[in-house]
This record gives sequence, structure tokens and C-alpha cells, in this order.
Amino acid sequence: MTWWLVYQGLSPFAKWVTYSLFSLSPGTRLTSALEFFLYEAPKVLMLLTLVVFVVGVFRSFFTPERARGFLAGKREFAGNGMAALFGTVTPFCSCSAVPLFIGFVTAGVPLGVTFSFLISAPMVNEVALVLLYGLFGWKIAAIYLGMGLAIAMISGWAIGRMGMERYVEEWVFANAVAESGVIPEEQGMPWVVRFHLGLDAVRDIVGKVWPYLLAGIAVGAGIHGYVPENFLASVMGADAWWSVPLAVLLGIPLYSNAAGIIPIVQALLGKGAALGTALAFMMSVIGLSLPEMVILRKVLKPRLIITFAGVVGTGILIVGCLFNLVM
Amino acid sequence: MKIAIVGSGCPKCRQMAEVVHEAVAKSGVDAAIAKVEDIREIMKLQVLITPALAIDDEVKISGRVPTVEEVTSLLVP
Repeated sequence: MTWWLVYQGLSPFAKWVTYSLFSLSPGTRLTSALEFFLYEAPKVLMLLTLVVFVVGVFRSFFTPERARGFLAGKREFAGNGMAALFGTVTPFCSCSAVPLFIGFVTAGVPLGVTFSFLISAPMVNEVALVLLYGLFGWKIAAIYLGMGLAIAMISGWAIGRMGMERYVEEWVFANAVAESGVIPEEQGMPWVVRFHLGLDAVRDIVGKVWPYLLAGIAVGAGIHGYVPENFLASVMGADAWWSVPLAVLLGIPLYSNAAGIIPIVQALLGKGAALGTALAFMMSVIGLSLPEMVILRKVLKPRLIITFAGVVGTGILIVGCLFNLVM
Repeated sequence: MKIAIVGSGCPKCRQMAEVVHEAVAKSGVDAAIAKVEDIREIMKLQVLITPALAIDDEVKISGRVPTVEEVTSLLVP
């Protein structure tokens, strides 16, 4: 309740601070940037806190052990789809990518299906989803969700088709232990512990992300106030065919979490960048990251890592271009 | 008692190590705490997400940082 009231009051508050408290006149660049920042920063932080908490609790119902038991021996196409869905809801951080990968592959989850899981886990991100919903409405959030799941499914399937098993480091399979250990603990977890996990997630994610978020909103505010309307239309608009590949390439070395990148995306969109280009940029930043590839190098040979980046990048590229064509 | 903190050096693994040390100190049990960081050793314990806590080679908690009370109750049944 309190949360909702404060949330509703943010827009008048930002206007009041900008125009009454600082007695700035509307219509100048500075005020426009300032109002944008004062409104967006608390709004996004509040949304983020709520969502991270809810997702933290929700996620305590899903464990990778359960996902693995479900996916082992699944056939390729349906398996890829299920893996992409599981990847979005299973709690997972990139430092667990290696044990997770080995645990899946050695338990008989096909390589391509495992990749679907690994691709969708960072790319379809609950923080991104809710920020998109909060800033642009449910349509763009749904498009992002659909795009992300499709890319994870199809990229995983393609990697599976290529028969890349021999580019997994040999010791992974040599080390295979007979599958057994499903940890029963999580089934009967009391609600207190689940809420605790939600609060942990808030402290962890919001605590880590807020400086990036504010920086992102500040950059967004700068673009909002100072970059002229439609300035980006020529560079990042739908007419420039090279804009999507460029956005994807730029996004790979850039690594930020969803929370930092979305305010920038918002500002880009407002200034005439095409939706497909902006989303492609965002997905490339959060879905393909150099640190994760370095971690995966322990279990994958370089050729498979390059294929992985290539296939996912191409997927983002195709979807981005399709969007620009259709919209 | 043999306690293993499983995970290769992520921030949450360090948090878990602190919690476990505190729980052991509080409960006064006689336990040897070891870190399991090698990926092959991690796989032998069947851990999918880190950080994980194993007591006498049996995984008790995986993928989250427990509270001191929780670990204490595992140490002193």
C-alpha cells in the first residue's frame, strides 16, 4: 500500500522539485534532464526492489537439480524449449556456470539443451523484464521475453545439431559420476527461509546494482535532455541496415547488468533509435559477456566458445533485424 | 566432523565461509573446515550451484548462503 502511494506520487514530486524547489523554467535542456532523473531514479529503484524480492521468493521453488532431472534424456526440440524456460526461473550465477554445465552434460542432458539453459539464464532476466515493463509497458516486455526465449531455444538447438561434443574438454566426460544426488532440502523449505532468500536477493542485487542503475539513468537523462530529438534516427534507426550488427558487436565486450543498460535503452528509443536495434544492443550486453566465456573456457574448447558466441550473436542479429522490418 | 565449503571463490562462497566459522565457534563442535575449490572435487560432491555446504561428504545446502542459526542446527542435531 505505502509502496503504491509513494510510487504514484513520484511524477508530481519530480516536477515539483525541478520547477518549484529549484525554480527552473520548463523547456530547457537542464530541467528536462533533471526532471527525467528525479522521476526515473526512485521509480526504477522501487520497482527493482519489489521485483527482486518476489523473484527471490519464487525462485526458491526451482532448483537446478530439479531442472536437470526433468531435462535428462529429453528429445532435442522440446528439450530446448523446456531448458530455455527453466533457465529463466532457476537461480543461477555465472560463477556456477561450470559445475552446472558439467552436472547437466554428464547426467545425460544433451549438449544443445544444456546450452539453451545457459543462454536463457542471463539473457532472459527478471530485472530486465520488469524494468522494461515499468518503463515501456507490457508489449515491449513481452517482445523481449519472446525474443530471449526464442534465441535461447534456437541457438541451443543449432549448437546441438552441429555435433560439437568433441569440443568439450575430455576430462568432463571422463569424470562422469553416476547421477544420484538430488538434494531433498529445497522441497520442504519453510516460508521463513523463502522470505529470507527474497530479502537476501534484494540486499545482494539492489545493493550491487544501484550505482550502475543511477549512472545508467544519469546517462539516459543526459541523452534525454541534450541529444536532439531524432538525432539517432539516422544512426540507429530502422533504415540503417548496419545498425543492428553494430549494436550486437558493441554489446559483446560491454558488460553491464540489465539494470544499468535499460535506462540507456530507454533514452536511445526516445531519440529515434529503432526498437529492434535497441533491444539487440541490450541483449548482446547482458546475454553475451566476456567474463562468462572466460569461465566456460575451463570446460569448453575455444572453438565451441566461438561457436556459442557466434550462434547467439547471429540469433540476436536476426531477431533485431526482423523487428526493424516488421515494426 | 568434516565441513566442506564448496565453490571456487565467488563472493557468496566467502560469505558462507564466514557464517560457517561463526557457527562452529558458537556451537563449540570439533570440526575441520575445508574449502573445496577444485572443479573435479566439486563434481564428486554432485554440486550444481555454488556455494554449497557439505558435512561429512553429504551436501546439506546448495546455491545460497545460510544463516548462522541454520548452520548451527546442522552441526548440533
